[in-house]
Amino acid sequence: MSPPLLMLQDVRKSFGAKPVLDGVSLDVAAGKSLVILGGSGTGKSVTLKLILGLLRPDSGRIVFDGDDITFSQGKARERMRARTGMLFQSGALFDSLTVWENVAFRLLNSERLGRKDARDRAVASLKQVHLAPDVADLRPAELSGGMQKRVGLARAIVGRPELIFFDEPTTGLDPITADAINDLILEQTRALGAAAISITHDMASARKIADEIAMLHAGRIIWRGPASAIEASGNDYVDQFVHGRAVGPIQPAL
Amino acid sequence: MSNASMPETTRLATNPVRWLGRATLAVLQEVGELAVFFLSVALASLTPRWYPGQILRQMVTIGFYSLPVVGLSAVFIGAALALNIYTGGSRYGAEQFVPNIVVLGITRELGVTITGLMLAGRVSAGIAAEIGAMRVTEQIDALSTLSARPTRYLYAPRFLAGVITLPLLVIIADIIGVMGGWAVSVFGLGFDSTTYLRNTVDFVTTEDIAVGLIKAVVFGGIIAIMGCFHGDRSTAGATGVGRAATFAMVGAAILILAFNYILSSLFVELGL
Ligand SMILES: Nc1ncnc2c1ncn2[C@@H]1O[C@H](COP(=O)(O)OP(=O)(O)O)[C@@H](O)[C@H]1O
Ligand SMILES: [Mg+2]
Repeated sequence: MSPPLLMLQDVRKSFGAKPVLDGVSLDVAAGKSLVILGGSGTGKSVTLKLILGLLRPDSGRIVFDGDDITFSQGKARERMRARTGMLFQSGALFDSLTVWENVAFRLLNSERLGRKDARDRAVASLKQVHLAPDVADLRPAELSGGMQKRVGLARAIVGRPELIFFDEPTTGLDPITADAINDLILEQTRALGAAAISITHDMASARKIADEIAMLHAGRIIWRGPASAIEASGNDYVDQFVHGRAVGPIQPAL
Repeated sequence: MSNASMPETTRLATNPVRWLGRATLAVLQEVGELAVFFLSVALASLTPRWYPGQILRQMVTIGFYSLPVVGLSAVFIGAALALNIYTGGSRYGAEQFVPNIVVLGITRELGVTITGLMLAGRVSAGIAAEIGAMRVTEQIDALSTLSARPTRYLYAPRFLAGVITLPLLVIIADIIGVMGGWAVSVFGLGFDSTTYLRNTVDFVTTEDIAVGLIKAVVFGGIIAIMGCFHGDRSTAGATGVGRAATFAMVGAAILILAFNYILSSLFVELGL
């Protein structure tokens, strides 16, 4: 078996006195799609931010393609980020820039591509997420929620990443738009041969895009297995989540 | 009731020493964080790589769009200053010194302080609200993942624009302030226009103007840093961003007044 592309070992993180992650271990192989399930506020976004170096863990190890990146900054961190893409939960498009400048942001500012070439690549990337070239000159605020997600996806894939993070890609979308986004995620990660880590509480989305599923609860991964095994996990917590029941071992976050 | 079973707030209220200790520590920590933030932004401003497009855009936002506010404030302050000096001066028969004291007061003190305070409201709060909104919508995280450091891409351009633009605004405020005093004196108090202007120009020194401009550089830095600092620490929700804007404005205004005094005493020491 090839070594994993990304690996988390016993990662812990608290905010003040509040523990959020209490020893999370995970790994994902190149080209595979891992979905992390978990309720609201269980630390799914925090997990991604720790991997990307936007937050620092209290302890544990994060290894990307054999390099320990747990606390890396500067050049080493830039190298890791250049090989990854991220679709943020809120889209996080820059509202002062046009759609194409958003998509081409890394090309313009980090790879120092000329504006003409950068624009061409942005438009090509927009086309891959089924957006017409005429949205390129709009501002993000002029787009619908679904279109903003597409632009965010175009921005995440424009650098041809090996690993893409999706933070609740379908939250806040209607079921039809959500399904279209799921299709795009599948299509684009396959086209790139990229690995994906997606976090969601949307079971339809998880079933569709996951090779493997892990469940985060109370700061730990309490179950992990192939996507096909999620219905018969034999785990009460997972069952409650999969079937969306208020009654069970997990207390609803009210 | 035992101490341990009381709620936190009650315990603090009944123990003022502990409360004072906590508050002092919190203030010290805040000052420390602000100092570290300032140093990292200043360092990023002095070393490549720079984003000229961002700097230019900020200069327009901070400078150009502040012109009406600064001009209006300056003309009224200059006019009121002339009236007060005239009233005070007439007690000693010293009315003829109005042009001298107006230009001195405006260039060394009022032009720059009024500009600074107006921009603490307009610009510092504006920066905090903008950066705060970017923080809570994850745009600042997105910048980092796209290999653009927020300190270089967002904060340094605002800092540079602040320290470059404020002196330019203050020159304009000085001129308009002096003209406000001139207008009141000539049209309201019976001064001769030519004599008033000649007295103004003869009296004011390069040092007077330099003192105001040095203060302007410092105030420009304070305005930008306070906006960025509070925006960067903004927490989610509509109230979070609003609080960031308020903190930035109040903090910048207080720092401006404090540094105005510190710099004034320094200049006195130096004989400027
Ligand atoms: N920067 C932060 N500072 C303090 N607390 C945070 C921060 N980021 C997240 N948290 C807290 O950590 C918990 C997990 O957050 P998050 O990972 O965003 O949840 P989710 O699983 O819904 O994505 C939440 O209770 C949140 O309030
Ligand atoms: Mg989240």
